[in-house]
Amino acid sequence: MDQIPLSYYLILSAALFSIGVAGVLTRRNAIIVFMCIELMLNSVNLTLIAFSSFFGNPAGQVLVFFVMAVAAAEAAVGLAIIIAIFRNKQTVDIQDINILKW
Amino acid sequence: MYLFAPYIVALPLAGFLLNGLFGKKFASEKISGAIGAGVIGIAFALAAAIFAEMLASPPESRSHVVSLFSWIAAGSLTVDWAYQIDQLSILMTLIVTGVGFLIHLYSIGYMHGDPAFWRFFAYLNLFIVMMLNLVMANNFVLMFLGWEGVGLCSYLLIGFWHDRKFDTGGYAPGTATTADAAKKAFIVNRIGDFGFLIAIFMIFQQFSSVRFDEVFLKASAVTVQGDKTMFWITLLLFLGATGKSAQIPLYIWLPDAMAGPTPVSALIHAATMVTAGVYMVARCALLYALSPATMSIVAIIGTATAFFAATMGLVQNDIKKVLAYSTVSQLGYMFMGLGVGAFTAGIFHVMTHAFFKALLFLGAGSVIHAMHDEQDITAMGGLKTTMPTTYKTFFVAALAISGIPPLAGFFSKDEILFRTFAEGSILLWLVGWVTAGMTAFYMFRLVILTFEGTPRWGHDKHPHESPVLMTLPLVILGVLSVIGGFTGVPQALGGSNALERWLEPVFAKATEHLTRIHETSVTMEYFLMILSVVAGVAGIFVARGVFSKPERIGRVPASAWYRLLWRKYYVDEVYDAAVVTPVVRGSEKLLWRGFDVNVIDGIVNGTAKLIDLGSQQIRKLQAGVVQVYAVTFVLGILIILGILILK
Repeated sequence: MDQIPLSYYLILSAALFSIGVAGVLTRRNAIIVFMCIELMLNSVNLTLIAFSSFFGNPAGQVLVFFVMAVAAAEAAVGLAIIIAIFRNKQTVDIQDINILKW
Repeated sequence: MYLFAPYIVALPLAGFLLNGLFGKKFASEKISGAIGAGVIGIAFALAAAIFAEMLASPPESRSHVVSLFSWIAAGSLTVDWAYQIDQLSILMTLIVTGVGFLIHLYSIGYMHGDPAFWRFFAYLNLFIVMMLNLVMANNFVLMFLGWEGVGLCSYLLIGFWHDRKFDTGGYAPGTATTADAAKKAFIVNRIGDFGFLIAIFMIFQQFSSVRFDEVFLKASAVTVQGDKTMFWITLLLFLGATGKSAQIPLYIWLPDAMAGPTPVSALIHAATMVTAGVYMVARCALLYALSPATMSIVAIIGTATAFFAATMGLVQNDIKKVLAYSTVSQLGYMFMGLGVGAFTAGIFHVMTHAFFKALLFLGAGSVIHAMHDEQDITAMGGLKTTMPTTYKTFFVAALAISGIPPLAGFFSKDEILFRTFAEGSILLWLVGWVTAGMTAFYMFRLVILTFEGTPRWGHDKHPHESPVLMTLPLVILGVLSVIGGFTGVPQALGGSNALERWLEPVFAKATEHLTRIHETSVTMEYFLMILSVVAGVAGIFVARGVFSKPERIGRVPASAWYRLLWRKYYVDEVYDAAVVTPVVRGSEKLLWRGFDVNVIDGIVNGTAKLIDLGSQQIRKLQAGVVQVYAVTFVLGILIILGILILK
């Protein structure tokens, strides 16, 4: 059985990343924006694993663990911030969260 | 002993520091006064010891230089902090410390009860320090330091009672304070100092040295008489002298300088500082001898100043103003002497003038003290009986300045007049002779109005003789005014002219360059002497005749001449219109409101405004909406990627 070509992985990854970017830029619900960021991270992870497997270099897979660890920490901090903001403003609409300016 | 010369300067400096730093803590007039006068007394003793040693040594080994340290070293310019002890500088040092000591003593009595007693003595000591630097310097730069320093002290002391009202004599009435008089003195002097400074630059450029001995050596070696550069150097030096020594056209500050305490007028504005210009010209005698044109200018300016100041002195009613114009007039005589090449006579008159003019001022101070700050002589009279010591010493000084033999002023003034005549300047002599008569007239007008006749003061005044601390200096100066002239008795009167022989080595080189035109006979000298005595005596008797009638006192004649003199030839008004007002207006309208407000402030505020305007636009980018930032990121990344791909 033929191997799935590398380009398939990369196209899928790019598609996922673009969906993530689009979500971050357009969605107003902070939770969804958050999920889109996770989507972007995971699309990058997919690229790393694809290259790692294709070139037979395990360093890429090791890097993915780091990305996942950081993503987990980021998720924890990010959700905590969202909860804090919600308690303050009764909203998670990021268009309304705009007090950090001049 | 020569090595002790720096201590003559160091002692008053120590006095200045002690009184200046701790005077307020001492809170004691006795301590401040003792320090202030004591250091000057010791300095005088040192100077006298050095003088004694010089007397004992042969004339050619009397000049010494005591170098302390290298002061300025920049490229080819080296200036040492060095003191020159020679016949001329030791004479000036003796006058400065000697008369200075007496005036310090007097000040202890005069300034009694002043809340800033210690400050007064600190300033006085600083003045002595600076004056000694001026006369003992061995180069132009150190001399200039002293020159500026005495100007500063003069400013500080004229404005010592800086909040007191001060009468300018009809000009800008009622508004002036003594601080204004101080500023006037300082600024007018500054004009002269400018000339002095340029002259120093030119001297350095021409002779690549600022040391007196090197400059004079090179000047006589390389310069021909009438050299153009030498003319400008000497003329600019003389401009400095006209400022410091109150000559036309810069004399206007001296009469107003009388706003200061009277001992200050005696020390600074009569006996010592104002003679700095005379000393400087005498010190540079060689340079002047190389420029006959400047010599003529010096003589003419001196004579003109002597005459005009004397005419203004005729009508003044303020006891100190009369003396101030008299000082300007006598300084004119000194420059007249210098200008005709009689350097010794000029310095001789500096010395005798220091004695009798200090005495006159101190006597005036004694009167003012007794009359509770009354200075108007039309409101005095009859003080002869209440203040006998002051009267007697004042009378002696008035005789001395009037040129009555054998008092000090006769010998020195006559020497100047005789030498002027001998050099062929008959017109200058004539003006000087008339001035001598006027001098006697205004001095005895002063004596008669102040001390004689019937009292014209109110019942609230209780004049009394001053304390012994004030009368003692009067008596000593009185004795000096009597005997001071015997140091320079001319050969024609059987004297040895000791002063002339003493100063001969200093002026030898300069007199070599001067060509004597007329040789005069002893008969001529006698004749001129008799004429000057006649002028003096006539002045005295005219004054007696005019002012023995009480109804004449304080009456203002309606004549235009009197008004002209009373308003001091309107010189202050002319200067005000020609110089002061344009400068003030120009500064206000053009420099302040025009340049400063519009250009300078415009640039500064404009920069701020520009940044403010830009920021108003740029800050709109920071909207606080996270997604806008994210879009910016993405766009940025896309642009970078695009560039990388397309490249």
